[in-house]
Amino acid sequence: MAVLVTPECIGCGACVSICPFGAIEMRDGKADITDACTQCGACIDTCPVGAILRGKEEAKEVAIDKDAYKNVWVYIEVVEGKPKNVGFELLGEGRKLADAKGEKLAGVLIGDKVEAVAQNVFAAGADLVYLVEAPEFAHYNTDGYTATFVDLIETYKPSVILLGATNDGRDLGPRIACRVGTGLTADCTGLGIDEATGLVAWTRPAFGGNIMATILCPEHRPQMGTVRPSVFKKPEPNPTKTGEIIKVASKVKAEDIRTRMIDIMKVCTASCNLEEAEIIVSGGRGLGKPENFCYVEELANVLGGAVGASRAAVDAGWKPHMHQVGQTGKTVGPRIYFACGISGAIQHLAGMSSSDIVIAINKDPDAPIFKMADYGIVGDLTEVLPILTEEFKKIKAN
Amino acid sequence: MEIVVCVKQVPDTTEVKIDPATNTLIRQGVPSIVNPFDKNALEAALQLKEAYGGKVTVLSMGPPQAKDALKECLAMGADAAILISDRAFGGSDTLATSYTLASAIRKLGNCDIILFGKQAIDGDTAQVGPETAEHLGVAQVTYASRIEVSGDVARIERESEEGYEIIEVKLPAVVTVIKTLNYEPRYPSVKGTMKANRAEIPVWTAADLTVEEGRLGLKGSPTQVRNIFTPPRRVQGVIIARDTAREAVAELLQKLTEAKIV
Amino acid sequence: MNFVMTPEQESIRKMVREFAEKSLAPTAAERDEKELFSREIMDQIGELGIFGLPYPEEYGGAGSDFVSYAIAVEEISRVCASTGIGLSVHVSLCAWPIFKYGTEEQKQKYLRPLAEGTQLGAFGLTEPNAGTDAAAGSTIAVKDGDSYVINGSKVFNTNGGEAEIEVIFAATDKAAGLKGLSAFIVEKGTPGFTYGKKEIKMGIRASVQRELIFENCRVPAANLLGKEGEGFKIAMTTLDGGRIGVAAQAVGIAQAALDAAVKYSKERVQFGKPIAANQAISFMLADMATKLDAARLLTYRAAYNKSNHLSYSKEAAMAKMFASDAAMSITTDAVQIFGGYGYSREYPVERLMRDAKITQIYEGTNQAMRMVVSGSILR
Repeated sequence: MAVLVTPECIGCGACVSICPFGAIEMRDGKADITDACTQCGACIDTCPVGAILRGKEEAKEVAIDKDAYKNVWVYIEVVEGKPKNVGFELLGEGRKLADAKGEKLAGVLIGDKVEAVAQNVFAAGADLVYLVEAPEFAHYNTDGYTATFVDLIETYKPSVILLGATNDGRDLGPRIACRVGTGLTADCTGLGIDEATGLVAWTRPAFGGNIMATILCPEHRPQMGTVRPSVFKKPEPNPTKTGEIIKVASKVKAEDIRTRMIDIMKVCTASCNLEEAEIIVSGGRGLGKPENFCYVEELANVLGGAVGASRAAVDAGWKPHMHQVGQTGKTVGPRIYFACGISGAIQHLAGMSSSDIVIAINKDPDAPIFKMADYGIVGDLTEVLPILTEEFKKIKAN
Repeated sequence: MEIVVCVKQVPDTTEVKIDPATNTLIRQGVPSIVNPFDKNALEAALQLKEAYGGKVTVLSMGPPQAKDALKECLAMGADAAILISDRAFGGSDTLATSYTLASAIRKLGNCDIILFGKQAIDGDTAQVGPETAEHLGVAQVTYASRIEVSGDVARIERESEEGYEIIEVKLPAVVTVIKTLNYEPRYPSVKGTMKANRAEIPVWTAADLTVEEGRLGLKGSPTQVRNIFTPPRRVQGVIIARDTAREAVAELLQKLTEAKIV
Repeated sequence: MNFVMTPEQESIRKMVREFAEKSLAPTAAERDEKELFSREIMDQIGELGIFGLPYPEEYGGAGSDFVSYAIAVEEISRVCASTGIGLSVHVSLCAWPIFKYGTEEQKQKYLRPLAEGTQLGAFGLTEPNAGTDAAAGSTIAVKDGDSYVINGSKVFNTNGGEAEIEVIFAATDKAAGLKGLSAFIVEKGTPGFTYGKKEIKMGIRASVQRELIFENCRVPAANLLGKEGEGFKIAMTTLDGGRIGVAAQAVGIAQAALDAAVKYSKERVQFGKPIAANQAISFMLADMATKLDAARLLTYRAAYNKSNHLSYSKEAAMAKMFASDAAMSITTDAVQIFGGYGYSREYPVERLMRDAKITQIYEGTNQAMRMVVSGSILR
């Protein structure tokens, strides 16, 4: 194990309670690190007598020429010819990483007739676009996209790859990472460069958002991560910026794709396009009954915003899952987020804390949501919401 | 139909709280549960078995206590359960975990469909399913809310951001399952509970699997946790409590206007 | 001596608790308020195999024991005492006499669906003028060829109107008094068997009690349970076991009250500190916890004796009377600790107090229990 307890352990148990993974047990009056340990090091700092140490790293058997890997890549997810916002959000972050490392920023475009998107990718800061077009890529599919992406990686050897943590991004990312045998950090909400090593420091919520973990991928390349949509802002596009398109021929044959898209059913209206919304009005169990969601919807409607829901409201069957905001739902970052009758469990906060302004309405003055809201109203939702809707209607009319 | 379900025992993260004094996780009294999405996957497996016949085998990689999670799965109706446990697996990230699980699935022999929950609520990575599929070299469909099988093809309803897709995949395949009313986990029955209670759960260690040592546990894990911290909190703003809703709304709008938000 | 539950009992507790908390708790207050009996819930309990807990697998049961069964009643009652009594009546008062006194044919025909949970059971002994004095009943059964013709009525019949299978008692020889009473299995829908009014009650309002009416109701002779004249013995031994169920129900109600009181007294702040910091409250909680523990131990001991074929009549009576008195006192104290909120219907403890009262009364009043206990020790 990489984390070791020395005989100096005084058996105080401080590390047992601090370990986020419950990986330390007291055995014969000494701390014992079990195999649940992820070597996060939380215990090392806690030990009052310095009896917990990070042991020598065991030599990794994989030795690759890390210097051969250069440039930061961003996967540009395109759905029906339209690039998703998250790609551009990541180009903004990727630019910073590339500049810090003195490397180039590239967008990866895979699809059928998607070349037009390249200009937007350059405008968002990319120097290069790797473009692979084929009819097989009209819709996302795991096999075709993985094979293509891996082929690009093997040919052009990027040092860093960012993907949006969308359903498809989370389907594709692990498949690629596993095929090239590298590490992938999921659902990041923070990116930076680790000063000591120059590696990408991937920060992500864990434990239902109760803690944040910063993760490195020291010995494997490329360093990969999926990043939650709406966490970062899209860069201002620079329409004059151009770049080089590198067209790569697809090697994928139709029979390589083991899945077949039979149908696409869209049940989502504008009201559930949470990732792209400027304003979101979300409701929780505090609404009392499902019918009261109409107050939330009316306000969202007047504001031209999307409708969100807490996990509790979704679990109760008041709203479909695609409206769920939080750790196991969508991550959102609107300009204004209304939390109506949402108590503010950490799992919910993990999905909306990058909102610019949070306005909470709840009848319980002790609800945790008030502790992080910019504005809060303590009151009955069925009274407050209609008045608020009415007032916003007036404002709009003027 | 041979059905495998991979489950993880997790702390119930909805019960985890942060000690405001020390800013650390309070783990005490937090129950260990079967990852809720894995229960949806198990429910899907049991329904597949009821519809098409066959056998449901549950696998879990984890410490010896994870047997409790497997017993719960047996109580729900799984036919067999195997624990994959060895100190050598300690510290595995998703790549090493999926490698180990894939080795165990290979040892099991022929299986038609391998189910996972869409993600585990402690790590929330959603990677182990797809990576296991990659190690096994089989196709995958993620975020499934309904699975139907005819012959060697599964027809799957897959959740997307905007609705859902219908995807067909040739079996064997890995499918990850979301929380859905279609697969609301059943309660364990009395007979299932008693059977589970008497069941001996075999434990497979590294020695039981055909694996390369360097790909297990920490050694086989490309990612490393550098540090752990509690998330920065947003600061509390203005809380308005007025006698009437109208007064409260008026005050809110005034403040929003002052701050040039509206 | 061993006060530790077996792993099997432990896992059954966990299983039933999970079911009760997820499936019963959300609607318990509403069902009480609106006096709604839920057949769906009873069917779910049946499907999970809880009705078959103590019966052998050959009759569709789970082959566990009466301690597990008592635990199940306790856990269900902790969340919904109304459902708890429905369960207890089904298992101890309807299925058990068939298991104990029934012929093989009767067991296959009636015990199996009861244990498998596909049919619901009930037990009819009490009449308007015959409560504790069971021999004072006026329901009679007259043999006529291959059947018995039953006339009379029964009251307070738990699960009545819902149950497909009733075990009822009628005099086959009125002159013989207690020795003239006989037990019959009567199916719902038998011509001449109808239902009267539904009781409106103080507590256990989500359970159903109805009047049973027999007017020239013809029951096949094959449905005589035991022999003619064995009815009183069957009724009394059945009630001995039923009392374990009622005791477990009381323990469940009391546990819910104690849990609520402990939680509330830690959260409720008065004079700048939680009310639990006052000795007046904390000592009350200590007494409540002690009574509850004693009640539970008496209950499990009676159930253990029954499972292990030891005598349990006196033990069950002790458990029933002690546990029900404890439940009444613990729930009353919980209401007191909650203060004004305790009396409010918005909080659950007043329901517990209303539910607790019946446990001192039915399946033998606590006065009758003292007759059983004193009779046993003065013998």
